[in-house]
Amino acid sequence: MITKRIIPCLDVKDGRVVKGVNFKGLREVDSPVSLAEYYSGAGADELVFYDITASAEGRRLFTDILTETAKKVFIPLTVGGGINTVGDFDRVLKCGADKVSVNSGAIRDPSLIGAAAKLYGDQCVVLSVDIKRVDGVFTVFAKGGRENTGMEAIEWIKRCVGSGAGEVVVNSIDTDGVKKGFDTELLQKVCGAVSVPVIASGGAGGYDDFITLFREVPTVDAGLAASVFHFGEVDIKALKQKMKENGIKVRI
Amino acid sequence: MIAIIDYGVGNLFSLRSSFAALGAEAVATGDPDVIKNADKLVLPGVGAFSDAAKKLRATGLCDLLISEAKNGKPLLGICLGMQLLFEKSYEYGEHEGLGLIKGSVKPIADVIPEGYKIPHIGWNALVFKKPTPIFRYINEGDHVYFVHSYHACGCDEAVTSVTEYGAYLTASVQSENVYGCQFHPEKSGAVGLNILKAYLEL
Repeated sequence: MITKRIIPCLDVKDGRVVKGVNFKGLREVDSPVSLAEYYSGAGADELVFYDITASAEGRRLFTDILTETAKKVFIPLTVGGGINTVGDFDRVLKCGADKVSVNSGAIRDPSLIGAAAKLYGDQCVVLSVDIKRVDGVFTVFAKGGRENTGMEAIEWIKRCVGSGAGEVVVNSIDTDGVKKGFDTELLQKVCGAVSVPVIASGGAGGYDDFITLFREVPTVDAGLAASVFHFGEVDIKALKQKMKENGIKVRI
Repeated sequence: MIAIIDYGVGNLFSLRSSFAALGAEAVATGDPDVIKNADKLVLPGVGAFSDAAKKLRATGLCDLLISEAKNGKPLLGICLGMQLLFEKSYEYGEHEGLGLIKGSVKPIADVIPEGYKIPHIGWNALVFKKPTPIFRYINEGDHVYFVHSYHACGCDEAVTSVTEYGAYLTASVQSENVYGCQFHPEKSGAVGLNILKAYLEL
């Protein structure tokens, strides 16, 4: 049986992981390559590198780091951040990315997903959506959650999957940073609407939040998080052990 | 030296990196002389069968790959590269493969129950069916990374492992010196590297 995936996300700026990461008894680590190796060794099923650089120099550093990581880490690598054109897909795929995640780029140019899927296959195109409740309606936000697009989220996701998005990352703005658990209500809706894998993001505060996620939304495929892993609040090895004890299929 | 057949399909970066990590010399090439001189061959591939088959045919390498394999040179097909080893695929029509292994490629939708997502993406466990030298460093139940919507059928004699996804799907095959993995060993962590290591040692 296929296993539920645990995915750490690293925000990379100017070649370093933002804020760095503190592991118990270890000095602060901010090299994306070292962290990717660490997480891969700990049992992460996949890694997401999110490029939050704005400068051309930073972008070049990012692709160098990606290349370096892909030479050492042999689990799937997804890259997101600043993906606006098919040329951006090409740039990161050549450096060792397996999948590319698009968010605001697809909102600006809805034909991007279809064009990329045609060139690189659906399996390569990941739709990432930032969603917030506005007057009780799940609404798509752009530009890192700053801009209300006015689009209803489930319709947007269905449309993108129809164009060729092979996976969907659902980021709940309402639960993100609150650390009180994933947005299971939203995730249930998305999982019921599309037949491609769905990755939950936003809200993980501890071990139980992952258990609750996979119990309450059995059709969700993966849990993605950043800070709980980076600050050692959740250890991936221990998390997978706990998932297994709770009857959730995991790769150990 | 390992020749990774470069016919313009898929991302060869990780595959090259995996062999480099194992200390092997691997080149991505479409040059017939390099392929003839290689000790072993790897046929990668992602995307649609018909596109890939067309591109492979356009390189003029099909006959060379078939003759090298028939002369006993080890050949490992990965993902779509494994599907290309078969006689036929029924992905959007009917398309000819290399015919090195008896059988055909069909949609997993034909065999898996309702409610299972397609493609089959993620880490799944191997169930061994027959001993194969490329699994000598791994164990039954080990997880490997899959991304596919089609799988090989009618090839029972060649199946070395399957994986359970509502039904048993063909995970790996072997017919003499011709090997195939439906999953991606280059993306399957330590288990995947151990499969490639065993292939290098054949």
